[in-house]
Amino acid sequence: MSIRTEPVTINLGPQHPSTHGVFRLRVTFDGETVVDVDPVFGYMHRGTEKLAETRSYVQIVTLTDRLDWVSSMSNNLAYVRAVEALCEIEVPQRAQFLRVIAAELQRIASHLMATGFLVNDMGAFATPLMYCFRERERILDLFEILCGARITLSYMRPGGVFQDAPKAFWDNLDALMKEMPIYIDELESLVTTNEIVLARSKNVGVLTAEQSINGSLSGPMLRASSVDWDIRKSNPYEIYDKLNFEVPIGKNGDVFDRYLVRIKEMRESLKIIGQCVDMISEGPVRADVPYNIRPPAGDIYSSIEAPKGELGFYLVSDQSISPYRCKIRSPSFMNLSLLREMLVGWKMSDLIVILGSVDFVMGEVDR
Amino acid sequence: MYGLGLLKGLIVTMKNLISPGRMFTIHQYPDRKISPLGLSKLEGKNVISWGINNPVKFLKSLLGLISVPDKIAQSPRFRGQEFTWYEQRCTGCASCAKYCPLGIIKIVTSPSGKAVPEGQKYAIDVFDIDIGRCMFCGLCVEACPYDALHMGSGFEEGTYQRKDLVINVDRLKSAPKKPSTWFRPQLEELGYDPDSGDEITWDQIGRHERPSLSDQEDKWVKR
Ligand code: SF4
Ligand code: SF4
Repeated sequence: MSIRTEPVTINLGPQHPSTHGVFRLRVTFDGETVVDVDPVFGYMHRGTEKLAETRSYVQIVTLTDRLDWVSSMSNNLAYVRAVEALCEIEVPQRAQFLRVIAAELQRIASHLMATGFLVNDMGAFATPLMYCFRERERILDLFEILCGARITLSYMRPGGVFQDAPKAFWDNLDALMKEMPIYIDELESLVTTNEIVLARSKNVGVLTAEQSINGSLSGPMLRASSVDWDIRKSNPYEIYDKLNFEVPIGKNGDVFDRYLVRIKEMRESLKIIGQCVDMISEGPVRADVPYNIRPPAGDIYSSIEAPKGELGFYLVSDQSISPYRCKIRSPSFMNLSLLREMLVGWKMSDLIVILGSVDFVMGEVDR
Repeated sequence: MYGLGLLKGLIVTMKNLISPGRMFTIHQYPDRKISPLGLSKLEGKNVISWGINNPVKFLKSLLGLISVPDKIAQSPRFRGQEFTWYEQRCTGCASCAKYCPLGIIKIVTSPSGKAVPEGQKYAIDVFDIDIGRCMFCGLCVEACPYDALHMGSGFEEGTYQRKDLVINVDRLKSAPKKPSTWFRPQLEELGYDPDSGDEITWDQIGRHERPSLSDQEDKWVKR
């Protein structure tokens, strides 16, 4: 005897612990199977792009902190790089090294959080998450020493960074570099071979390479689908062309591969930081740039590899002290574009895991 | 084999539970429970002789009834609330107000008793910082050309009303002068730490060399 079922539409969010922010997903279920999804954005729209039009170029740095608040350094870097390209500012070497060290630390912090929440969504309630948070806390402590804040950093300025790193930073960084690989090993031994994790994540939410390219995904999401694309390699910015590191690639494009790619990227980031610490030399950390920058008229698009993917800023200047237009290409928003392909056909509990594997932050999606 | 991964996970959790370096330390902010060992160390005594002399305290701390204030380590660059402002250095130029991305600094000045062309500064009638809206980005501090405004180092400014969050000029004058070293390399060179250091006065904090009095007269007064 077959049971007659009818599709039911329910709202996941906007206030739901597993949507990592105020994200609403209207899901149509047939029994427990997802048949359609309809994402609704905009609950956290703060008009960053519009606000940027009334702020001076330096002031906008503080706005970028609040885009993806778990990786403010990368946002700072993406923005200041766009301004520097617009005004053709030469950045001192030491500043570039400092910026790369900071951005890679931020990548580790962001991936730790992504991994923690992914495992949390799989039902390993809070324990691995707390381990991740404990290690992330070490990085935030470093940031506090470096720039006086933990989340809203505003460390970088067009033309460099605002101030050189103090001595305490280097000492603490050395200690962290020694301990972090142990932490990552520990996290891996907790998660990677765990049967529940494997059962919940292997071959779940698969995206093929073709699909992810067509959906213009980027970052670990794209690389998990075995596409070798990393802006640090393909279009090296700052000093990445002098550094020796690998870009981890996944095989299947499932949730598990996304997790693995993030873990491997953390190790690569540690490698990068180690090389930077060896190579950094003395010198100025800020180019001679006025407080109120008036770039020549024109437009520029410049992007970096943020922890979540390609983060780009498109700036249009009309020679005034604030940009005429500031468009932000945020990786979280783009990575959500293939939700339907990933979710349809899976069960309700897989939906949460797949959402967790996307690793999006709503501040960046709604801007 | 099934269950191996689970077992591994349990071992990791166990390790975290018992190995001292990996434990979660819970800061019972603002107070921390203290053991007899810690308490005797605080008083600079050997725990045994201290325990014999203070049996009541010893028992109490053993039961976890005694707590001491806990302060989480804070870096000197920490951008805190309650701005440190030096009246003697401020000229009322309002660069800070113009540079603030939120426009929350309000400055009203009037020519001071002596005429302005004599090289005298303006009198500052109003200097309001609405820290209820402040995001502690520090751009105002960066903009100040005379090193008059500095980030503070505290962070416990809870109030009952939003209007109490507006720091006015009187509060700025009387606030403890413990500036953060954020964007003040000269303070870092001094090795100043607002967390443990003393208050610092206006003539110690300048970034530039102060011109001598005759220099000042030559340059500004007798133009
Ligand atoms: S710290 Fe930033 S937001 Fe606060 S008053 Fe200064 S410039 Fe304005
Ligand atoms: S605090 Fe500094 S920037 Fe602000 S008015 Fe005084 S001198 Fe000018």
